[in-house]
Amino acid sequence: MTTETTSQERMNIVIVGHVDHGKSTLLGRLYADTGTLPEGKIEKIQAICRQQGKEFEYAFLFDAFLEEQQQGITIDTARTFFTWGNRQYIIIDAPGHKEFLKNMVSGAARAEAALLIIDALEGVRDQSKRHGLLLSMLGVKQVTVIVNKMDLVNYREDTFQAIEKEYRQFLTQLNVIPQYIIPASAKQGVNITKVSPETPWYTGPSVLESLAHFHLEAARNEKALRFPLQDVYKFDARRILVGRITAGQLKIGDRLVFSPTNKSACVRSIEAFNIDSPPTQATAGQSVGITLDEQIFVERGHIATHEDARPLVSTRIRANLFWLGNRPLETRRTYTLRLATREVPCEIVAIHRIVDATNLDDRHTQSTVLRNEVADITLRTKAPLAFDLYANFETTGRFVLVDHYDVAGGGIITELVPDDQEDFRTEARERDSAWVKGDVGAEDRAERYGHRAAVILLTGPDTTAKGFLARKLETVLVAEGRHAYLLAAENLQRGLDADLHDTRPEEMVRRFGEVARLLTDTGSLVITTTNAFQQATKDIVQTVQTLVNPTPVITIHMTKDQAGPQPDVDLIFAGPEDFDACTHQIVETLKLKGILAELSGSQPAFQFSI
Amino acid sequence: MKHIRQLEDQSVYILREAYKNFDNLAMLWSMGKDSTVLLWLARKAFFGHVPFPLLHVDTSYKIPEMIEYRDRLAREWRLNLVVGQNKKALAEGMNHEKGRIACCTALKTEGLKLLLAEKGYTGVILGVRSDEDATRAKERYFSPRDKNNEWDFRDQPPELWDQYKITFPPGTHIRIHPLLDWTEINIWEYIKLENIPFLDNLYLDQGTGQRYRSLGCAPCTSPIQSTAKNVDEVLIELRNSHVAERAGRAQDEGRGMEQLRKDGYM
Repeated sequence: MTTETTSQERMNIVIVGHVDHGKSTLLGRLYADTGTLPEGKIEKIQAICRQQGKEFEYAFLFDAFLEEQQQGITIDTARTFFTWGNRQYIIIDAPGHKEFLKNMVSGAARAEAALLIIDALEGVRDQSKRHGLLLSMLGVKQVTVIVNKMDLVNYREDTFQAIEKEYRQFLTQLNVIPQYIIPASAKQGVNITKVSPETPWYTGPSVLESLAHFHLEAARNEKALRFPLQDVYKFDARRILVGRITAGQLKIGDRLVFSPTNKSACVRSIEAFNIDSPPTQATAGQSVGITLDEQIFVERGHIATHEDARPLVSTRIRANLFWLGNRPLETRRTYTLRLATREVPCEIVAIHRIVDATNLDDRHTQSTVLRNEVADITLRTKAPLAFDLYANFETTGRFVLVDHYDVAGGGIITELVPDDQEDFRTEARERDSAWVKGDVGAEDRAERYGHRAAVILLTGPDTTAKGFLARKLETVLVAEGRHAYLLAAENLQRGLDADLHDTRPEEMVRRFGEVARLLTDTGSLVITTTNAFQQATKDIVQTVQTLVNPTPVITIHMTKDQAGPQPDVDLIFAGPEDFDACTHQIVETLKLKGILAELSGSQPAFQFSI
Repeated sequence: MKHIRQLEDQSVYILREAYKNFDNLAMLWSMGKDSTVLLWLARKAFFGHVPFPLLHVDTSYKIPEMIEYRDRLAREWRLNLVVGQNKKALAEGMNHEKGRIACCTALKTEGLKLLLAEKGYTGVILGVRSDEDATRAKERYFSPRDKNNEWDFRDQPPELWDQYKITFPPGTHIRIHPLLDWTEINIWEYIKLENIPFLDNLYLDQGTGQRYRSLGCAPCTSPIQSTAKNVDEVLIELRNSHVAERAGRAQDEGRGMEQLRKDGYM
């Protein structure tokens, strides 16, 4: 093959299907018949086969591991390359054995199109269906079905039609329309590189020809912008926000809003290395770096968008999930959820149904999802998550769950489930986007004051001296020159809350949260306790957090009970006696979290920068 | 060159994931075309900086021009170069005549293991590519190695979308492969596109009708017959070639690579 022009397109294609239906053989045949194999490769494998006294199979060309050849199966996905027409293909040969489903999924997750193989003699089997279902969940929408081993059924049209009908029906339920269904024999080379006389009744393309009919993913540039932040660099005194644009485009001057914090600023520059003229815009798929016109708090995991098309935010989502972990997925256990670059602890609150891949019926609901099962679930994240529905945005609409050290499952988001913070979140978002800013930013205040703003909230039962510790902390911080203020909720009751007459506890917390928001905007450290509120501590913390977001809320729990289960907070003091030591510990915690600089004054040095 | 920019974007994303998630990270640099492209991609990802050390496992049998080139780029690009060597094996006289696999294992695999153990790296970035060798075709972008540096290819973790394996038990480490999807041709296309300095007096024909296609130790790497005198001619040659890239690398014969890689080879 002589092509002196460079190939301009790349496409990833995965070959899937039930074990032994001939995936590796098809791949081997495709390469052999297009002359894509390295010189001597077939001869080398043939020699090994003669030596071991077995018949040569095309599958041996890519089943590289000794064990794979001995057992005659593919264990792990192989990636192979070939160029045909004006396209460079990466063909991913996925294992069909149920045991290796996680490898099949790893292969298919990279693909833009799939060849799904069905054995003409065996017909549609378990993995033919399971792979079909997983392809639809992994976002592989282009599928061509190959009915292989037609030589074993004497190339009979009726056998082919029966399989075609059955499988087409199955795919319809998944909203997948196959591009082609091709009768073929990989072993005999029938309908692989060209349509062969053995199937005179077939009028479609050969397998090779069908590849050209797969479309490259249409540019996602037309969609709304999604730019999940990967990292923030401080090279050469520039603060560069890096990440990969997953949808839409951005250009210099655009105002970006970061979710879930609602912080916003404009793009000042797009940074690049070894480029003559720096770019003025960037589009979906690109790994870029940008600088902003304002120093705002942003970090890995935040999603930048334009103001009029933000992602959804909630702590609850409904999703379709496939589970690959060795341990079953269970409700009430903590997993790490990773969505784009965001990482947040979560737990499964409900398993609505298990989808049986072989007939798409539901299995009885239970409290676990076993390995290789697909389930419809609702999960709750520990902190608010910015996301999209998978139907609207692929990359920000899907996630993985990490169990122990491994990625153990993947999911696509089908629904936002409103949580009880929904109204407060909307309030905070609308308030923040209409906020009238002065010329002094949060970073300017932090430089000057030697600390960033924060809310320090002391929780715990009565009679644990929360108020005492709060006062002590205020005294110590102010003595160090920090801007700290003890905001006792009682002080709102006869003033701001006078109209409530102590009858609306939720509204009291809301107003308190808004006052705290104002004070933190001045750059202050707001110290308070849960003493005066009538709500459950968990609700108070959540509401305050939502309203002051993204200012950190540091929770400190005080208790007399030294054993027993403790809440998930930043610090716990069980039956403290030495309040000076407690105060010192709080100060150290604030330094570790990058809230307090080592010293206040003209040259504040933060141990950890945000 | 759209497909090359796509590859670049993906590799840059992987490098940034590695930098964000591994506290003790290093990149292997053999001065060959692949790991030099990798080094260039790091400079792209980090805007001219290379914020981690570059490791060279020196077998002492490298072609001399490679060492000169290494030291020159390290100076010009302000690289943090860390050179490791299995001094014990060399003192005991290890060389390829004692067996190629034995020599590769001692000087490269063991040399690398010693360096990793000494420095405690938890993430190691390598320039291996899928199209080089059948076992590398089955690699993950983020590929775990156990306490003995062994690769358990029978049980690789799932790798979904752009979510990689970034958590791992103490004592183990992750091999990171940003170039997995690049072909040999893509590497040369990128070298041309970005004008990356490479070892041209080895990779190009200097008038002898020979050039190296893949660089390793002098005794175990042979040049190929070629009259390609510039990158364009290399590209034309490769597009019309049906000979495997590593055909000139002696350790690849038989099942060499599977065994070597299982034990911790690159």
